[in-house]
Amino acid sequence: MAKYTLQINDKSYTVEADAKMPLLWAIRDLAGLTGTKYGCGIAQCGACTVHLNGNPVRSCSIPVSAAAAGKITTIEGISDDNTHVVQQAWIQEQVPQCGYCQSGQIMAAVALLKKNSQPTDKDIDAAMQGNICRCGTYPRIRKAIKTASKMMAAKASVK
Amino acid sequence: MSINRRDFIKKSGLAGAALTLGLYVSKSAQAATIVKAGSADVELNAWISIDTSGKVTIINHRAEMGQGSFQAVPQIIAEELEVDLNDVKIIFGVGNEKKYGSQITGGSSTVRGSYKQLGQMGASAREMLKEAAAKKWGVDKSTCSAENGQIIHKASGKRLGYGDLVTDAAKLEIPKDIPLKASKDYKILRKPMPRQDTPMKTNGTATFGLDKKLPGMLYAVVERNTRFHGKVKSFDDTEAKKIPGVKHVIKVKMAVFSHTREGVAVVADNLWAAMQGRKALKVEWDDTGFPHHSTEQLYKQMEDDLNTKEGLSYRTMGDVNRILSKAEKKIEAVYSTPYESHSSMEPLTCTALVTDDSCEIWGPIQAPGWVQDDLINVLKMPREKITVNMTFLGGGFGRKAFTDYTQEAALISKEVKAPVQVVWTREDDTNQGPWRPGMMYKLEAALSENGRINAYKFKMAGQNMDHQWPGADKMSYNGSTTEGFLEPLFERMPNYSFADLPLDSPIPVMWWRSVYSSTNGFAYESFMDELALAAGKDPMEYRKMLLGGKDRYLALIDKLEQVSGWKSRGKNEGYGVAITECFSSIVGEVVKVSKRTEGGVKVDKVWAVMDCGWYVNPDIIKAQVEGSIVMALGAATKHATTFKEGKAVEQNFNTYKMSRIQDTPEIEVYNMDNDEPAGGVGEPGLPPLTPALTNAIFDLTGKRIRTLPFDLEKV
Repeated sequence: MAKYTLQINDKSYTVEADAKMPLLWAIRDLAGLTGTKYGCGIAQCGACTVHLNGNPVRSCSIPVSAAAAGKITTIEGISDDNTHVVQQAWIQEQVPQCGYCQSGQIMAAVALLKKNSQPTDKDIDAAMQGNICRCGTYPRIRKAIKTASKMMAAKASVK
Repeated sequence: MSINRRDFIKKSGLAGAALTLGLYVSKSAQAATIVKAGSADVELNAWISIDTSGKVTIINHRAEMGQGSFQAVPQIIAEELEVDLNDVKIIFGVGNEKKYGSQITGGSSTVRGSYKQLGQMGASAREMLKEAAAKKWGVDKSTCSAENGQIIHKASGKRLGYGDLVTDAAKLEIPKDIPLKASKDYKILRKPMPRQDTPMKTNGTATFGLDKKLPGMLYAVVERNTRFHGKVKSFDDTEAKKIPGVKHVIKVKMAVFSHTREGVAVVADNLWAAMQGRKALKVEWDDTGFPHHSTEQLYKQMEDDLNTKEGLSYRTMGDVNRILSKAEKKIEAVYSTPYESHSSMEPLTCTALVTDDSCEIWGPIQAPGWVQDDLINVLKMPREKITVNMTFLGGGFGRKAFTDYTQEAALISKEVKAPVQVVWTREDDTNQGPWRPGMMYKLEAALSENGRINAYKFKMAGQNMDHQWPGADKMSYNGSTTEGFLEPLFERMPNYSFADLPLDSPIPVMWWRSVYSSTNGFAYESFMDELALAAGKDPMEYRKMLLGGKDRYLALIDKLEQVSGWKSRGKNEGYGVAITECFSSIVGEVVKVSKRTEGGVKVDKVWAVMDCGWYVNPDIIKAQVEGSIVMALGAATKHATTFKEGKAVEQNFNTYKMSRIQDTPEIEVYNMDNDEPAGGVGEPGLPPLTPALTNAIFDLTGKRIRTLPFDLEKV
């Protein structure tokens, strides 16, 4: 067991954990941020997606010791009041059904749009193929990413 | 304890709702006077409370697993109550069947089972508020109207908010049999109202089963026997107990139908420690005394049965065998479908706190009443002492209506005397079942000269879910043998026979979204395509011919034909159609496929037309059909559970491969608008997809696919 200071959503959390504990459990059980979900534990489903230094990563497969130096963003960190453009698009297109995978889907979409504000269908497939949704909300995820892209363009043109 | 499929239908169907209404009426006076302690909320009936400032709270008494009950139940009530849904707070009801009637969320039953009752709840509360206002103003109640959370007296211009009236209203007798609005007058119903749970699911605040935390809560993971009936011979916990945080290592068990599944639980003060402890645990199993089946053995047995036995007759007419034996034009085909895992994105989990005289459960639970039924026996506790709280469910699809995981959690909490959250890893969730049963079908038909069906013989082989319950009669027929079949076709076939051949295996099986329809539909509607071909007819025209005079079905076919452009399809496009009926809804789907340049085929587009009769929210219907199509496509082309030496081979998403975004075609969903009795929405969109897909592949390539799953890239 060792002490780690995690920078999550611009806040410091000091946690005591086994060095091999996946970041996922440190976020959920030690920092108490339960918006990030457990789905498979082997980086196959994307439910645990968070950003580490701005890049989408599977928190189930990164040891807490390797994440301690970085800047971590979880679903709670993109906005807690649903004001982020991707959250707005998700609500407009009524994407979630059970909702369990959606934190991970949204984190993957936010990362995609940050790099590529006008993704094509192929770009969306490439960026989102690591995130499973058993409810089958994929058609709406695709639509919502395009809606978010348009919202971003509209905001940019106002500026 | 004997919960079987037929009880299930009884409990979740209209009978259950009627029973509740009776209860509700007899207890009306009592229900109306309950004022919740410590709050200004006044309860008008089991579903509705209003506080004195006018804030309305509506209970959703059903599980929310993605299918939309959290929105649909309040939407029905709010329509009659005359409130804006945006001003309403929606909360989950705890398990209480005396209060709410059946809370079993299964069989696509939430709306179809209780919409009239829920409408009545809203209407009677509205009438009580009207009466309270009329008394206050000294006017006749018939001169008052309700609108947007207020009672209005038009002549005098007086108006009062519900909050000002609720205390008086709650003292009134609950009126009965209020006429409900006609569909043309709806303000909220049939509108694509955004779901109230969406914002909680886009910012991480929705509480799922795994998010439940209690003070002093311990976490448990369980090493269970993966051969289902095996016993724990011994275990060595020396290394497991060395892991910091591990508190207990105990032998555990839970009832899985008529058997007991054994395992060893590692209980720790954090989940990671419990998982590490489990890895260090050594368990020796006794796996003797029951067969260790492999997939090949199971399907060989089904095939032998289909070829040598007549089966348990479910529904017959005329003399099928005589007609078939002398038929000039006889068509025969065999289809098979795999075992499937539910694989909800939230693996199974349950949190329990059992003390000497009480039990409280929290979790993703489809059937709180069944959890109580089960724990009454297991804990020897009266129903009133067992509280079951439903969290949001991270998917369910039938699996979370079973009570094995809740029983296990309660027993672990009882033994360690602490609140415990039992977490199933993805591997546990994938390799324990119960699964959708693998099935094999043999169909034979004789056609008349005009192509009509003269004789139709359907035999299905596979495990009967009902045969697993304690004391089940294993010679009883499968009541789901015709699930998925279009009801009017029975009238159009002078000779038919539907029978089943139950397979006996220790592999646990149960309801998987749309249950037997999910596999029956593949057999029925693939065979329908084969019959159309034999009759020399276009598959859409063939169905029209068979269903002639049945206007509801013809309207759906016309719509499907029109939206899909069936008649104007291009040369290098394959089109397939399938129509199934289950849970009182009819769904038709058309799939369009084309050849990939790299070989194989790709799915370009799916059109679906849903006729679920009376409906609540067209956007939720669309979402459910879209999801059903994606789930069916996965089961047809991506994943299956196979068995080797009595164990499931697939353990996680690396081998149980799910549909992903790049596998998902464009989907267009249409909803028929009528006032037929309400049908289900969460399941009926699933069965037609697979046969529509394989029929489209036949249309494009001439290759008939009769065994699932298959690889699109290798067609």
